[in-house]
Amino acid sequence: MNSSIWRKYLAWSVAGLAIWWLVYRSLASVAAWFAYSLLGMAHGSHLASAVEFFIYEAPKVLMLLVLVVFGVGIVRSFFTPERTRRILSGKREFTGNVLAALLGIVTPFCSCSAVPLFIGFVTTGVPLGVTLSFLISAPMVNEIALVLLFGLFGWQVAAIYLVTGVVIAIAAGWVIGRLRLEKHVEDWVYQTQAGSGVTDEELDWPARIRLGLDAVKDIVGRVWIYVLIGIGIGAGIHGYVPQNFMASIMGKTWWSVPLAVLIGVPMYSNAAGIIPIVQALLGKGAALGTVLAFMMAVIGLSLPEAIILRKVLKPRLLAVFFAVVAAGIMLVGYLFNLIM
Amino acid sequence: MKIQILGTGCPKCKKLTQHAEEAVKALGLNAEIEKVTQISDIMKFGVMMTPALAVDGTVKSVGKLLSVEEIKGLLK
Repeated sequence: MNSSIWRKYLAWSVAGLAIWWLVYRSLASVAAWFAYSLLGMAHGSHLASAVEFFIYEAPKVLMLLVLVVFGVGIVRSFFTPERTRRILSGKREFTGNVLAALLGIVTPFCSCSAVPLFIGFVTTGVPLGVTLSFLISAPMVNEIALVLLFGLFGWQVAAIYLVTGVVIAIAAGWVIGRLRLEKHVEDWVYQTQAGSGVTDEELDWPARIRLGLDAVKDIVGRVWIYVLIGIGIGAGIHGYVPQNFMASIMGKTWWSVPLAVLIGVPMYSNAAGIIPIVQALLGKGAALGTVLAFMMAVIGLSLPEAIILRKVLKPRLLAVFFAVVAAGIMLVGYLFNLIM
Repeated sequence: MKIQILGTGCPKCKKLTQHAEEAVKALGLNAEIEKVTQISDIMKFGVMMTPALAVDGTVKSVGKLLSVEEIKGLLK
């Protein structure tokens, strides 16, 4: 790679970030100007507050999404499933669970690859519980959810989500590992002859930047519409639902957390669609723990995922898997309702 | 030459097959394109991310939807 191409990539990256920062900083004033000056709406009206919410949040979240997906795309170019497997194979149980949950965040993952990944892990000496820690953390702690939480709630809630997601993945995988359920993995899985895998190619920086841009095109291209719909519904709730309306339904009563999880599991939505709605609910008096439990159940556990995993897990193990993760999510919900 | 597309039938796998066909046509190659959809067969290649593409039994790309141009580069 000659140095002029390097310089070109560097210059474009710096210029891109600078423009991004300038536009991002001026969003709030543009949104207020748009709603109150350009459209001439009255301060404090339902419609004005809904419109201002949408005009401000939609570009803000989309811009954060582009930046973070780009960054995560570059980080992920350093981690392949092969490398993760090499790190995890032969690790002791607890250390393995911790590493698996952390690697689940940064290793590229798509639920359509859950089955080959599962087989590739367990047939090369990664313990079952450790593999499951990875499979819990990979979908649940995702970059889109983190961006939206950071953008809409601030870094504290994003950090809480990140930490509790990792803790649930570690604990649930460890518990399942202790239960010795290996015989409830479908028999053909352990008989599969897994090939030795693919050797990692060494990438240079321009290639990593291209991977980041590809991730932006792929992920943002797929989820932007859900983000807009989610923020649209959120804007409606923000402007029209009376204050404290949600406190009665998604408040701190003892049954609200299990109910939120029960409703959340069969719901299948990506983080992009669900979080703006959740933010508006929170603003109307829903309790943070209940909302967090609802969100994790929607993102982390779903029926399509159960159907995919059923190919490799016998019904009992699949049920244990869902029950343990759901229990973990409920604990988090109660914990936050208690302390917040 | 034998090109194998490894994938269990996800939308990206179908797209990759299309791209491979176009690349073969554009280069005027005499190549056979085979879809490998059985998990146990995919695992024999040691692939953990689909879709993957193998040329004459060697895996060339994993977990990526290659463009027609990129596949051309692999086939030359």
